[in-house]
Amino acid sequence: MKITLGAVSKPYSALKMKTGDWGTHWPKVDEELCTGCGTCEMFCPDMCIEVVKVGEEEVNGKIKEIKKAKVNYDYCKGCGLCAEVCPTNAIKMELKDIYKV
Amino acid sequence: MKFFFSSGHGACPGCSLPIAVKNVLYALEGKCFVVNPTGCLEIISSQYDRSAWGVPYIHSVFENAAAVAAGIDAALKALGRKDEGHVVVFAGDGATADIGVGCLSGMFDRNHDVLYICLDNEAYQNTGNQQSGLTPPGSNTTTTPAGKILPGKIGRKKDMVAFALAHKIPYVATASVAYPTDIRRKVKRAVEFEGAKYIQILCPCVTGWGINSNETIKVAKLAVETALYPIVEYENGELVRVRKIKERKPVEEYLKIQRRFRHLFKHPKGKEIIEELQRIADENAKRFGLDE
Repeated sequence: MKITLGAVSKPYSALKMKTGDWGTHWPKVDEELCTGCGTCEMFCPDMCIEVVKVGEEEVNGKIKEIKKAKVNYDYCKGCGLCAEVCPTNAIKMELKDIYKV
Repeated sequence: MKFFFSSGHGACPGCSLPIAVKNVLYALEGKCFVVNPTGCLEIISSQYDRSAWGVPYIHSVFENAAAVAAGIDAALKALGRKDEGHVVVFAGDGATADIGVGCLSGMFDRNHDVLYICLDNEAYQNTGNQQSGLTPPGSNTTTTPAGKILPGKIGRKKDMVAFALAHKIPYVATASVAYPTDIRRKVKRAVEFEGAKYIQILCPCVTGWGINSNETIKVAKLAVETALYPIVEYENGELVRVRKIKERKPVEEYLKIQRRFRHLFKHPKGKEIIEELQRIADENAKRFGLDE
């Protein structure tokens, strides 16, 4: 069966709409405070925060991954939910450079 | 693409619908067929030529999402492809409680193997805040405007949980976007049952409720902590779990941060409505044993 293209759009084709320029503020992650817990990743409505592995450390003879939150600024709308839910207050909302007077 | 729902959708900043959707899809590991009636979610996720979905997705008209889902379930059974995924409906509160309630009742009655999720933002927010059956009393909407005589909506929020329970379906639950791990657990539990399942998730709306974009989670949490939105779970008609509240807050705390309830603090009939809302909250707390 052939389905015509008129009624069907491809999965994840919304990615071509870059929503990063919607907001006035951007989240900045303080890497020292971030514990990589993943709360912000669970709450981000735009799927633009990811907790990624940045290195490894040895704790009591076991190798443990160090994880930090990473923001994809191409799609962040600057709602500020991540800063609100962060348990260690590692995320701060900063005014974008182009809006600074 | 961990969540099977991509960036680049058109939701307002701080919208809570994607939070609910992505956690449901994450819990199901993307093994599902999604049916979505008209509403905010359809507008934000499937604009022309763009789709944010990473799972099979069909948009139906406002009233027949439950019927379309029932059809998909019947087709999967007939083709012997039941193992490919669960049939999930994401519907707004208007499509669930007002327009699609007939088809929903039929689907519950025939007990199709469908997980029906109602994303409850308490009005028709897609078209700009018109009252629906799930709008709470006192809410200022464009069809129930607060004026000299009327203090917002008159009446009560429709009890869709009781409606679902009356059909004797195996699993009924409520949840709030403030607790995504709870949503994930409930979805995983729900799909273990064979038959119709109903989960209602509270999703605060930034523009309709008049809150800041970073307050969505705070408001969703307050609705639960004031007992206006009890988090309950029924299995085979029996109440198995509730979310207990440590120190129940007065409803004013929830009302005063929202624009849709702001008039209640000045309106001559406002006090009456606040007292009624407090009475509803007390009733909920007593009925489900929410206080710790």
